Amino acid sequence: MRDTAIAPASSKFVFKSGLQQLLAFGSLILLVAFFSIASSNFFHFSNLVGILLSTAVIGVLALGSTFVIVSGGIDLSVGTVMTLSSVMTGVFITMWGLPLGVGIAGGLLTGCVCGFISGMAIARLGVPPFIATLAMMMIAKGLALVISGTRPIYFTNTPDFMRISQGSLLGVLIPGFNIPNAVLIFFLAAIVGSIILSRTIIGRYNFAIGSNEEATRLSGVNVRNWKVAIYTMTGLFTGIAGILMASRLNSAQPSLGMGYELEAIAAVVIGGTSLSGGKGTIVGTVIGALIMSVLTNGLRILSVPQEWQTVVVGLVILLAVYGDILRRRKA
Amino acid sequence: MNKRMLLTILALVMVLAACSTNGGGSNNGNKPATTTPAASSGDSGTDTPTEKIYVPLISKGFQHQFWQAVKMGAERAATEYGVEITFEGPETESQVDKQLEMLQVALDKKPSAIGLAALDSQASIPLLQRAQDAGIPIIAFDSGVDSDIPISLVTTDNVAAAGSAADKMAELIGGEGEVAIIVHDQTSRTGIDRRDGFVQRIEEAHPNIKIVDIQYGGGDHLKSTDLAKAIIQAYPNLKGFFGANEGSAIGILNAVTELKAEGNITIIGYDSGQAQLDAIRSGLMAGAISQNPVGIGYETVKAAVAAARGESVPEHIDSGYVWYDQSNMDDEDIKAVLYE
Repeated sequence: MRDTAIAPASSKFVFKSGLQQLLAFGSLILLVAFFSIASSNFFHFSNLVGILLSTAVIGVLALGSTFVIVSGGIDLSVGTVMTLSSVMTGVFITMWGLPLGVGIAGGLLTGCVCGFISGMAIARLGVPPFIATLAMMMIAKGLALVISGTRPIYFTNTPDFMRISQGSLLGVLIPGFNIPNAVLIFFLAAIVGSIILSRTIIGRYNFAIGSNEEATRLSGVNVRNWKVAIYTMTGLFTGIAGILMASRLNSAQPSLGMGYELEAIAAVVIGGTSLSGGKGTIVGTVIGALIMSVLTNGLRILSVPQEWQTVVVGLVILLAVYGDILRRRKA
Repeated sequence: MNKRMLLTILALVMVLAACSTNGGGSNNGNKPATTTPAASSGDSGTDTPTEKIYVPLISKGFQHQFWQAVKMGAERAATEYGVEITFEGPETESQVDKQLEMLQVALDKKPSAIGLAALDSQASIPLLQRAQDAGIPIIAFDSGVDSDIPISLVTTDNVAAAGSAADKMAELIGGEGEVAIIVHDQTSRTGIDRRDGFVQRIEEAHPNIKIVDIQYGGGDHLKSTDLAKAIIQAYPNLKGFFGANEGSAIGILNAVTELKAEGNITIIGYDSGQAQLDAIRSGLMAGAISQNPVGIGYETVKAAVAAARGESVPEHIDSGYVWYDQSNMDDEDIKAVLYE
């Protein structure tokens, strides 16, 4: 009964956002086309792979952020929780000498626990998401520094760890097609995330809470528990990002991570997810993250001064959100 | 609606791209004049750097005065040798991943050689391997990499430089008393070398001086100020304070000024920058050690050009350091290495 009440709204949404994604995808293609014409060094296999690789970490963070943002919340802690997850992975694998699988599970669990705590603070204690996750951002940053002794933890004794991001399973299957695993994991995470958001009950309640929390609560949904679940899931994706990052750098860098939450949020917003909740897609987020990295990479290839690169990315975010507002005003 | 938005984005990108290519591709500095000779010496277009030597420099930062001075030196060498350079670095010195992306892009531009000041001594090795496979020589500057791929390292001997700061400190405080240190970080080579150079020299040569505290402020002015204030409060008999980089030294200066402890504590800084120069001129700071950032940039490009032409390059190039204070800071040869 409940489900049928919510389903029509979300299917209508899927249709509308399909058009929007097409346009977002179109702008991505146009950007790629533009940079390819502007510089002969842009449209090369190795550069395109480089773009995808540089999208992977922020992209996975953005996937996680999509969930909380759709629910009308925000998670400012994803950047530093990512760092804490990678530090804990380093502690488990390098310091304690645990097997790789256990260490990775521990890293993912760290992300989940942080998300769970944020979720509990928000749902049970009634702390506003902005504040609860701001607190978590600082706690995670501090803990990462304390636990690591402010020094990077290297994975030099476990050469296999590096292959999580830098190895290429696709390259083994299809010779010459050396797409790093980090990219593969990013796209797999996106597919899983997309299924969760559009095909499962947690996804459906996520949209419901984001559109009208009070109505959802009155219709008998245990909004508090679902919120905790949503933040925990964001934590899981954050943990994945942490492991990708650590594997990419072959080390857990404890002072990294501040500011990554804002890049993730920017990718989500460019992808058409509304910060006021109830609206958004995973595909949009993936495209948003790609637009950001294509822009940064392309401007770099064209040797645009670094100061101006930041200005352009800022303007793009502004334009994307303004476009979104105009579209909604018309609808 | 979306179309208009998209067109605006494209227009913007194009304008910026046009700005950058008009100047000859490397015109991202404060000295547009430097690129003109470079642009005229190579007849090939900006997009096909096959004929002209092109050297991207990936530094640890770009906003910091120190890196701007390195860039200045690099541009000077680029003009002299008629080559094209670009200079970029991540926004903060913790962004190891951003630096890797910059290195990746630099590789894809198929340069003649690359200059790299690695933020992490290991993370960049896979990409450096790729550069080696592609036959692109790497010149490391400022800090080294745990690998023998870079054919040369242009750097200051920070241990020796910090050691001479320790000697100066001993001389100024009369060979005894309590001294504290603020260092920018404990992970980078420069942080470790400067700390150890200072500490070792005090232990070896000045047994009556006691180092009471060593703190790390990340090179952040504000954070270093708070740290220095706490140390001064905790050790009221403190006679000397050593700041291991510009941010740390300025933090100490701020702390001393805010606590009105001017004159009680001998301050020795590192690097230069307007604030330190002013403090030394006014006597608030006793003096400072300066690396030669202009020289680092210059020597890096010089070595890169030599490597690109297949000439031999020494494995280690010392870019030197100087002690400067009120008495010598206006000498021509000292002035040349200071930056504001």
